[in-house]
Amino acid sequence: MKKQKYFFFHLQFKIITCYNFIMPVFVKDSDKCVGCLICMFTCAQAHQAAGLESSCIKVRSQGGISRGFSVWVCRGCEDPPCARACPEDALIVRKGGGVLLKEERCTGCGYCVKACILDAIGWNNEKNKPVICIQCGECAKSCPYKVMEFVRK
Amino acid sequence: MIKGDSLKRVLYIDLTKKRFWIEERDELFSKYIGGAGVAIKLLEENCPNDLEPFSPDNPIIFAVGPLNGLFPIASKTVAMFKSPHTGNLGESHAGGRSAIAIRMAGYGAIVIKGKSERPVFVAIHGDKVFFRDATTLWGLEESAGRIIRNREGGAGLRTIMRIGPAGERLISFACVTLETYRHFGRLGLGAVFGSKNLKAVLISGKKDLSVTDFKEYRNLYSELLHQLSESEKMKKYHELGTPTNVLPLSFSKGIPVKNLLENELKGIENISGEKFAQKHLGRRVACAHCPVACIHLAALRKAYEDEPYFYRTVYLSYDYELIYALGSMLGITESEDVLKLIEVVEDMGLDAISTGVVLAWITEAFKKGVINQKQTEGIIPEWGKVDSFIELVRKIVYSETEFYKDVARGIDYASSKYGGKDFALTYGKNEMPGYHTGAGAHLGYLFGARHSHLDSAGYAIDREAMTKKLSPEQLAEKILNEEQWRQILSSLVICFFGREIYTPEIVIKCLKLAGFNLTEEELLKTGREIYANKYRFKIKAGFDIENLTLPKRVFETPSSLGLINKDFVYKAIALLKENIKSLL
Repeated sequence: MKKQKYFFFHLQFKIITCYNFIMPVFVKDSDKCVGCLICMFTCAQAHQAAGLESSCIKVRSQGGISRGFSVWVCRGCEDPPCARACPEDALIVRKGGGVLLKEERCTGCGYCVKACILDAIGWNNEKNKPVICIQCGECAKSCPYKVMEFVRK
Repeated sequence: MIKGDSLKRVLYIDLTKKRFWIEERDELFSKYIGGAGVAIKLLEENCPNDLEPFSPDNPIIFAVGPLNGLFPIASKTVAMFKSPHTGNLGESHAGGRSAIAIRMAGYGAIVIKGKSERPVFVAIHGDKVFFRDATTLWGLEESAGRIIRNREGGAGLRTIMRIGPAGERLISFACVTLETYRHFGRLGLGAVFGSKNLKAVLISGKKDLSVTDFKEYRNLYSELLHQLSESEKMKKYHELGTPTNVLPLSFSKGIPVKNLLENELKGIENISGEKFAQKHLGRRVACAHCPVACIHLAALRKAYEDEPYFYRTVYLSYDYELIYALGSMLGITESEDVLKLIEVVEDMGLDAISTGVVLAWITEAFKKGVINQKQTEGIIPEWGKVDSFIELVRKIVYSETEFYKDVARGIDYASSKYGGKDFALTYGKNEMPGYHTGAGAHLGYLFGARHSHLDSAGYAIDREAMTKKLSPEQLAEKILNEEQWRQILSSLVICFFGREIYTPEIVIKCLKLAGFNLTEEELLKTGREIYANKYRFKIKAGFDIENLTLPKRVFETPSSLGLINKDFVYKAIALLKENIKSLL
């Protein structure tokens, strides 16, 4: 019973926070990216994990390192295709942009990942569920070269 | 180690039978941490003393440690094998994406044995291993990596290790190239790949890791990240990169010039770190999980001579060691010329340091009449003239003549056959790195288990000796202590550039979060043991610790600390020998 109560408050807190302070991250200058992947590691940490699996940001070389890197991060779409693609309504559209994952509804079909053309949804193989950007800005804050910017709207 | 940590998994690959299997080696990782510590034990297990380096049974071992994937700048992989260049311990470290890829694929170590009937490349995607036909890739220079990149999955998080023509043709100082710009450079891992018909290894994976206390982990992580990004200690690697050393070392007469015939080079400012940055720096990149981004890529614009308004731009990675070996050591004072030489060395897949020192030896030997045009097939090597050096590099790899086949085994072998031993700058058969700073550097190369400047950083001890004179006893002690501590860093496996931030205190904290409860004393003891294990292997494999000498040339050209005193050096050699023997 206690546990359920805690979960309720937690969820409410999160929704209120997101409603009032949407914090999108945008890629300011991917030409400055050195490919260190620190953003990916800190993104995973924001999802309470160490390593890379629970990271939803992606950094890829543009066909060989000499061409530099591209960085893919959730845009927090206002009408997100990932949520539209979810057959179980497990992705809840947040007011002001982005989505929240209702894990208990998710069946792990992966349609959301396919629907995101920015490839900004991660996948946790152990849970067999997507990892959704929580717009926390950790990636931008940790980037040593300020490739991304984190702005409060 | 945390229960369930995939670090303990060792992936075995048999190229002959195209089989693979996984063994869980808790005990190995709990005792020897990972990286160098585990690799030397796996080498002992898989490589008998009398095994020939080109035998199919010679294992290629890659190992990572508990901090790879957890903490920043723990970004390196250790490779171990029996070296075709020295005949004993082959150890080489590389960054790129290799360490993160191996850890994220779910392994602490990979052991590759056997020999494929046909050229093969191995693709490791997490728990799956594929043996792909590489017949079409054999003989290709740089494009092999591009073809593999386009055909395999795992983009962004994978490592592609490949060899060039030098490895295929068993040049004993061939390297393995990773992600186009990083290398397992020294001691001939490329030739071991070639002897197994192994063109490339690709590794990809994506995993979550465990820590003992998540809150503590996040705090320590951000503290270390902050230090690595902001600290003054890291500034030189951030900005100009290692070439920042060219001018100070030249000023102190510590950069070898023209096969160490001289210690001054007129026009060296044209190949300084500053000049390279101003004229050529095209992009900076980093190894995976390292905020420092010390990899400096030069953009070299080259005109087509037969066609107006046609150019190509190549990106080439440059570092201090390359500017030394393919620049000052050959009397080259034009940055474009250094880059042209780097390009051919990259295309061939050779170790840049050994190649430079081999070219320098050929040039001096030619000038002294030890060898002549008949041997060089008409090429006249001349200090500072890059075109002849480019030709020589291609000849070393492709020529079938006796002379080129001999120099393709390194200058220890070539000078034993043709003469010119006094100016053959080798240490335990490996060619000299770029520091002529004093006795510390040279003793470091001679006694370092892999004869590298990174074993004990003798140059840093020499710098100390500039202000405070050291006795042979003090020097020997400093070299041994430093190398033993570095065994821990290379077991974790942390890039040595971060060594001032990863102090024993920090290392203990990090290890605790990875589930290793060790005291500083226990850590140092483990370092000593790993060092002893390496030496035991070396000596059993034929390393002659009794008859170690320095090249005569070292005593003839003044170093940063003036002329090196022979008596001093031989006293330190005797002490180092005794100390090492007492550890075995």
